[in-house]
Amino acid sequence: MDGFVHSTESFGTVDGPGVRFVIFLQGCPMRCKYCHNPDTWEMNTGSVRSAESLIKEFERNRSFYRNGGITVSGGEALMQIDFLLELFRLAKKKNIHTCLDTSGITYHPGQSEYNQKLDELMEVTDLVMLDIKHIDAKAHKELTGHDNAGILAFARYLEEKHIPVWIRHVVVPGITDDESALTRLGQFIGGLSNVKALDVLPYHVLGVPKYRELGISYALEGIPAATQAQAVNAKKTILKAFLQIRKSHDHQS
Amino acid sequence: MEHFFPYEGWTGFVPGSWNKEINVRDFIVRNYNPYDGDESFLEGPTQTTLDLWDQVTELTRQEIAAGGVLDMDTSIVSTITSHGPGYLDKDKELIVGFQTDKPFKRAFHAYGGIRTAEKACEDNGYTVDPELKEFFTVHRKTHNAGVFDVYTPEMRACRSAHIITGLPDAYGRGRIIGDYRRVALYGIDRLIEDKEAQKNSTGGVMYADTIRLREELAEQIRALKDMKIMAASYGCDISKPAKDTKEAIQWLYFGYLAAIKEQNGAAMSLGRTSTFLDIYAERDLKNGVYTEKELQEFVDHFIMKLRLVKYARTPEYNALFSGDPQWVTESMAGVGIDGRHMVTKMTYRYLHTLENLGPAPEPNLTVLWSTRLPENFKRFCAKISIDTSSVQYENDDLMRVTHGDDYAIACCVSSMRVGKEMQFFGARANLAKCLLYAINGGRDEESGKQVGPKYAPITSEYLDFDEVMDKYDNMMAWLAGVYVNTLNVIHYMHDKYCYEKAQMALHDKNVTRWFATGIAGLSVVADSLSAIKYAKVKVLRDETGLAVNYEVEGDFPKYGNDDDRVDSIATDIVHRFMEHVRRNPTYRDSIPTTSILTITSNVVYGKNTGATPDGRKAGEAFAPGANPMHRRDTHGAVASLSSVSKLPFMDAQDGISNTFSIIPGALGKEDRIFVGDLDIDLDCGGACCSPTLFDSLDINE
Repeated sequence: MDGFVHSTESFGTVDGPGVRFVIFLQGCPMRCKYCHNPDTWEMNTGSVRSAESLIKEFERNRSFYRNGGITVSGGEALMQIDFLLELFRLAKKKNIHTCLDTSGITYHPGQSEYNQKLDELMEVTDLVMLDIKHIDAKAHKELTGHDNAGILAFARYLEEKHIPVWIRHVVVPGITDDESALTRLGQFIGGLSNVKALDVLPYHVLGVPKYRELGISYALEGIPAATQAQAVNAKKTILKAFLQIRKSHDHQS
Repeated sequence: MEHFFPYEGWTGFVPGSWNKEINVRDFIVRNYNPYDGDESFLEGPTQTTLDLWDQVTELTRQEIAAGGVLDMDTSIVSTITSHGPGYLDKDKELIVGFQTDKPFKRAFHAYGGIRTAEKACEDNGYTVDPELKEFFTVHRKTHNAGVFDVYTPEMRACRSAHIITGLPDAYGRGRIIGDYRRVALYGIDRLIEDKEAQKNSTGGVMYADTIRLREELAEQIRALKDMKIMAASYGCDISKPAKDTKEAIQWLYFGYLAAIKEQNGAAMSLGRTSTFLDIYAERDLKNGVYTEKELQEFVDHFIMKLRLVKYARTPEYNALFSGDPQWVTESMAGVGIDGRHMVTKMTYRYLHTLENLGPAPEPNLTVLWSTRLPENFKRFCAKISIDTSSVQYENDDLMRVTHGDDYAIACCVSSMRVGKEMQFFGARANLAKCLLYAINGGRDEESGKQVGPKYAPITSEYLDFDEVMDKYDNMMAWLAGVYVNTLNVIHYMHDKYCYEKAQMALHDKNVTRWFATGIAGLSVVADSLSAIKYAKVKVLRDETGLAVNYEVEGDFPKYGNDDDRVDSIATDIVHRFMEHVRRNPTYRDSIPTTSILTITSNVVYGKNTGATPDGRKAGEAFAPGANPMHRRDTHGAVASLSSVSKLPFMDAQDGISNTFSIIPGALGKEDRIFVGDLDIDLDCGGACCSPTLFDSLDINE
């Protein structure tokens, strides 16, 4: 089947292990204030690509991706779950490492047709990069326009499924670098046995011109990019809480 | 056994056919020890090294303050023996020898062309001794004078219109690598003996070829004798094989020094010396002759000398090559055909000079990369590259197939077997301009002059792909003919008036000669033809009917995005042009090859080329080498590399370049990307330059 693709990057080095072929799917329900790709929001647009053609494109240059694989990002990749499922199934048939870069926003606990598909998807997913925008429910809503309950539930769902997870968190000065929130984030992910890595990214303003081009007002106008030091500090705070929880879990077990 | 060891210098080495014939590769393969360990054995610089380097730094500062040249010789013609010894600090230098009687003094090289030599002096504020000028104008002909005696009007026209450019017709062609290791392994006397035997093996009917060969061998023998004299002026007797590491480095360097004293070539590469020298170092370590500290010190001093190779050159030359490069290329590592990798401790020591002396563009340290190099070495390379940005990598897995395991790189990518192959450097044919000639019936789009053959021009308003291709193919056939013949003239005259006797003395008698043509503007041509095929290209003509500009209507596939529709055009053009080149006889039966590697001169070529059908404006720079045009590759590096990798290596064996820069952060975290993995067990630490701050959460360890 076909999917709506925003773009592809043939030499991705920050979206999963190794050198990766990154597919950015079009469409996202979130409206994160710091989003640097507002051009990926709109649904049902972009270039129409078949899952097969994308796998073929990957296969052609497979020698470049020896320790890498395919990462599907977005937009929100899970908005096109049927397409994603076909793509990852094809990839696994060819023994390609699959990584899903997601916000987890589409998940709602319970029995549903969607969750069934999700179960099937997880069978062909090697790694999930889960972007937790904010641990605090209210602040999350303020930042992204959405509640985070489903996202946190998704994180626990991934643990149940034993899917390795890399957690991502963007540090926006004054918005997501509050010490107590970072500690809570660390405690939360510390309780998840499947979390393998933490990726803390400093907020940058490189996406701002895109807003101008698209005629959308930019909510974080005036907020400076995060410094390296701010990101390092945030990472330390999260890690400290993370390790405390992990150790206490180990003692219990 | 005595039969194998007539020399003290050979004691302890594993014998083989290298004892009976000049065969350095055999010596290496039988004696080297692959090193799988890490860099922890390396030693820092000694105080002596630091003192000398301080002196060099100060002289460099003075040179820059003086406008780029500190001193020039204007009255002595540079030869192997032209100058007495020169030193930085005689008591401190462990490896000695400069091109003139003092460091930073540039020699006067006249045989390539007196006008270029004179201009190099004048442009730097020096005046050539009038007697010298008269001598090389009236009494002794130069390479340059010879070439211009013979050039046809058509060749001259092509040259001034820049459809063939950068020709080595007024300066030394370079690109020849002497097997300088032979001096160390055999000593000069044995090499002379060998050359005498070669000379005696020729004779009989004196055809022109035989006469030339005998004269060249006589010249080579003379050069070898001169090397001994030069070395003696530094207090060294190089008539016998080197006895230890210090001597081996010194003997080898004297061979190289003879070459750079004799020639001001467009690339004076060193060869593949590190693994050779490691054999001496291992023997000395084993016998307690030298310590690691001492060995590193010799290497540091040797590399320091290679950093101080200097030539008198004109501003135009420097503009063409973007700077003042010498291309003292040293090739290292790679894998042997017996399957063992060729990384040795000496490979590490060479690279370590970038830490001991700090980063530098020269010598151009080139790692012959193979997936089968040891992991420790790969990591070390990644580290050195990140710290110093001074290492070049080339694909040994690709080149080993045709060149074996004792080839080296001349300049930046031209590979040849050391001492067995040489190259006739041939600059470039501007294929983008050639396309415009096809459209304009041989008229130059800039000057309006009839430079090429007066074929029927294209007169339609919109360009038709088949018509353009047909005419382009004809025009390429013409260009290849003029180009090859121009090069034939150049190399005939270079052999005649500016023969590389020192370098050729360190070659076999029968060498394979490569006829190295080159292509500029490939991506412009590919995109132009793609635009004509997949979009609509309207021709804008001036009042004389000359097509001077183009309007592209619609989008078209662009080279550099792994799109076969256009990549196949690029491949086809390379193949066609090479086929046209191959149809022409070449000087000394040299084997035609081509390169696609304008790494710096692409700017100059673009400047002299009118607007092209891909929408490129007149005068706009070409992309370097086989690169896609700037900003036209929109699918990331792998797609771009993939387009380049489709180009036929068998048609472009002299090298395909794709210059590729990337901001450190885009390569992921730290240095791990280089070795092909991004394990998540790495702590990023404070020196991380990546925007991605990554940390391991694996607390089980």
